[in-house]
Amino acid sequence: MWPDALLVGGKDLKVEMRSRVTTTQVAPYAILVLLIFGFAFDQDHNLLSKVTPGLFWVAVLLCALLSVQRSFAVEAADGARDGLRLSGLDPAGVFLGKVGAVALQLAALEVILGFGVVVLFGTGFADPGLLVLSAAAATIGLSAAGVVYGMMAAGLRVRETLLPLLVLPVVAPVILAATQCWMAALGFSATDGWRWLILLGAFDAIYLTLGVVGYATLLEEA
Amino acid sequence: MDPVICFRSAVALVGRFPVLAGVDFEVAPGEIVAVAGANGAGKTSLLRACAGLLPVVGGEARVLGEDLISNPRAVRRRVGMLGHAGFLYDDLTVAENVRFAVRAARCSLHNVAPALERLGLTGRLPDTPVAALSAGQRRRASIAVLVARDPELWLLDEPHAGLDSDNRDVLDSTIREASARGATVVLASHEHDRARSLASRTVTLAGGATTADVASFPRRSPAHVA
Repeated sequence: MWPDALLVGGKDLKVEMRSRVTTTQVAPYAILVLLIFGFAFDQDHNLLSKVTPGLFWVAVLLCALLSVQRSFAVEAADGARDGLRLSGLDPAGVFLGKVGAVALQLAALEVILGFGVVVLFGTGFADPGLLVLSAAAATIGLSAAGVVYGMMAAGLRVRETLLPLLVLPVVAPVILAATQCWMAALGFSATDGWRWLILLGAFDAIYLTLGVVGYATLLEEA
Repeated sequence: MDPVICFRSAVALVGRFPVLAGVDFEVAPGEIVAVAGANGAGKTSLLRACAGLLPVVGGEARVLGEDLISNPRAVRRRVGMLGHAGFLYDDLTVAENVRFAVRAARCSLHNVAPALERLGLTGRLPDTPVAALSAGQRRRASIAVLVARDPELWLLDEPHAGLDSDNRDVLDSTIREASARGATVVLASHEHDRARSLASRTVTLAGGATTADVASFPRRSPAHVA
């Protein structure tokens, strides 16, 4: 499973590096989302600072949808998904490879967005450990759920519009928990962020297990 | 010796439509068999079923000793398919595509360079992204994947499509060499003369069922049939 995951993840990242969709389209889109939120709340800097974690994670979520759609669009071209099925790769390895590739792209975007948040909104850090751990857990959760539902929608003609409808309600707990963690980590809230981190960990465990166990069926049915 | 492919009254559905409606089809090890039939006769569906890509829901279907009805995935790593699509990633180079397919199939990377050379994918072509290739070059890249994987069963759907005359000859000799090494080949082609010159017999499909099974050229016999 793990060699297959590395092979598929490496392939997806190589495709991404060649096409540069993340760097030329998704990253600018994420920055634009932040800027537009910044303009919308410009007159109330205090409010802007307080909603920064939520804005950050909504921006990450929108980018995650684009990254997942891109990941499956690559497999839809020239029958590549059939090639993947024919290759005999372990479906669990395919799932983990795709999750890893999407998660790494999102992590890179989060670094860029995080820098943007600090510069644009003047945010500081109260608990960097919680910040980093919750970001990692939320990124894995968004990627795992995105890849599960991305595969479900992959074989349908309406996949581009269906994917957000499937993913957005499901990842609401991730956005909520990640926002609460970041509120605590950035010092905007007295909430115990570490308890919300447990929710993120549970979400990751559920969707990673679901993907590893069920991806063979999803790959066949798509 | 057990047949490599053994379909008896095999039925496969796409939605509710029976694309294979009782196919009887048997292929011996090392044999080259042509599948003929009009558009929509079921040629592509038969090849996809043999590869385990199209579920067989009725009758009997065994490929390389594996029961396709109970476990269609079991056979895939041992089968190579050239379909209407090339199964290539546009953003990867030719060499990267072949290497990925070879590593996924757990084959030796030492096969990659000779396969590229065999198909004339030399010079700058191995390092060219597939998106920049002509249709014929893409087809050759897909064939190079098959050659590098060297599967036990080759399933070729219109393999000559998009190739120029020289490369059609290269493909034909590649198929004959694979058969001589012990591989079994099934090809569906509208290029009847080429297909019949390669194959020991021709199976004809109509309406998703086998209608004829005749020897193409009496002088040619399967390389490895006991």
